[in-house]
Amino acid sequence: MSHQTPDPNDEHGSVYDGLLGTDTSQWAFGTDFEDPLAGVDTTVPSELDAAELAAYCLALGDDALVLSHRLSEWCSNAPDLEDDIALANIALDLLGQARLLLARAAAADPSVVPTLPDGSPVPVEDALAFFREAVDFRNVRMVEVANGDFAHTVARLLLFATVRLAAFERLATHADPVLAAIAAKGVKELTYHRDYAGRWFLTLAQGTEESRRRLLAGLTGLWPLQAELARAYDAGPEVDVVLDQVFAVSGVERPDVAPMTGRGHTEALSRMLAEMQVVARAHPRGQW
Amino acid sequence: MSRAYAVAASVTDPEMPMLTLEDLGVLRDVREDGRRVTVTITPTYSGCPAMATMRDDLVHRLTEAGYAAQVEIALSPAWSSDWITERGRQALRDHGLSAPGAAPRPGGPIPLTLMPTARAVTCPRCDSARTELTSEYGATACKALYRCADCLEPFEHVKEI
Repeated sequence: MSHQTPDPNDEHGSVYDGLLGTDTSQWAFGTDFEDPLAGVDTTVPSELDAAELAAYCLALGDDALVLSHRLSEWCSNAPDLEDDIALANIALDLLGQARLLLARAAAADPSVVPTLPDGSPVPVEDALAFFREAVDFRNVRMVEVANGDFAHTVARLLLFATVRLAAFERLATHADPVLAAIAAKGVKELTYHRDYAGRWFLTLAQGTEESRRRLLAGLTGLWPLQAELARAYDAGPEVDVVLDQVFAVSGVERPDVAPMTGRGHTEALSRMLAEMQVVARAHPRGQW
Repeated sequence: MSRAYAVAASVTDPEMPMLTLEDLGVLRDVREDGRRVTVTITPTYSGCPAMATMRDDLVHRLTEAGYAAQVEIALSPAWSSDWITERGRQALRDHGLSAPGAAPRPGGPIPLTLMPTARAVTCPRCDSARTELTSEYGATACKALYRCADCLEPFEHVKEI
C-alpha cells in the first residue's frame, strides 16, 4: 500500500506528514537520490579486469559497511557523550567509504548488483547493501562479530584502522583512478580513527585493573580473526610496527592464540543483516 | 568571474552557514555553456551528509538565476582544510568557531599519535591561548571540541585534514 497524500484537514493526519513534502513515495530510501560518483569517469582502465576490480571494491566496501553498522549500534550507549559522538562520526566516515566503494563496484561490473522488482527506486549501492544474503558479503569476520564492551570495540577499531590505513596508503596509487581517489580520501579519515583507538587502547591498558582486564579480554577474543584481516589487506610489516608500538607503550603482550580456521562468515553477520535490511526488504519499492 | 560562478559561489554550507561553498573549498569548478551550467563539488569527508543538500541548493539557486544546472562530484584531489579561504577562516572566528591550522602532509608512513593532538588553538571568543581539547570528534565529522581555560566557554575547532 502506498502512503496516502497528507490531508491537513484530516483530524487523523500524522505529525510526520510534513516530512514527506510533495513526494509521497520512496520514503524508505530518502526522498531524492544522488549518485555518489555523479560525473566521475568510472571507465575501468584497460589493464585491469573489471570483475576482479568489482570484487575487490565490494570486499573493501563490505568491511566498511559492516563495521559502520556495528559502531552505530553504540549510538546512545557509549560510556560518555564524547565517545558516543566519536563512534558515530567514525561510523559515518566508514559508511561514506562503503557507499563510494559499493558504487564503484557496481559501475565496474553491473552484474554484481542484485536484481530488484521493476520500479524500485533503490540505487545500486543500496541494492548491494540491503538485498544481498550474508553468504554474498565479502567482509572479513573481524568486522562482523557482535559488539562486546567498549574495550572490545576499541581493540577491534585499532586492529581494523591500522590494517586498513596501511592498505589505503598503498591503494592511493592504484591503477584504477576511482579506487585510488577513494583510498586517498579514506587515508585522512582512518588516520583519525587509528589515533582515537590507539589512545583509548593505551588509556584502558594503563587505567584500572578492571579496564585492563576488559581490554585484554577484548583483544584476546578478537586476535584469532587478525590473520584473516591482515591477509585480506595484504598487510605488510608496517602494520606490525604500529601495533607493536601501541602494545609496547600499553604494556600489553601480542596475544598468543591460534587463528580461527575456516572461512566465510559467522552467525553474527546474518543476525546483523536481518536487522539492518528488514525495512528495505519489506518495502523494495520504497512505498507502503 | 562568470555570472553562474558568482551564483554558485554564494551558496552556503548547510551545516556551517557562515561559510559559502567557495570559502569552504568544496566548490571545484563551474562550467557554463549558454544556459547550461555544470558545477563540480567535492565532499569534505567520505560520509558527509550535507552533499545532497549542497547539490539541491546549487540547483535551486542556479535555476532561480535562469540556468539549467547539474552537479557533479570530484573525488580527487581529496578535500583539505587548507582550502578554506582566509575570508572563510574569519567567518568561522566571527561565529565562535576556531579555524584549522595547516593540514599534516606526511612524507612517509603516517605517524601514529597517541598523545592528544597538539594544536595551537586560541579561543575564538576571548583570544586566550589557554585552551584544552575535550573531544577529537564533534557534532560533525569535520570538528573537534575544545574548552577555553580562561573564559571557560566550550567551542568547536574545524579539524585539519
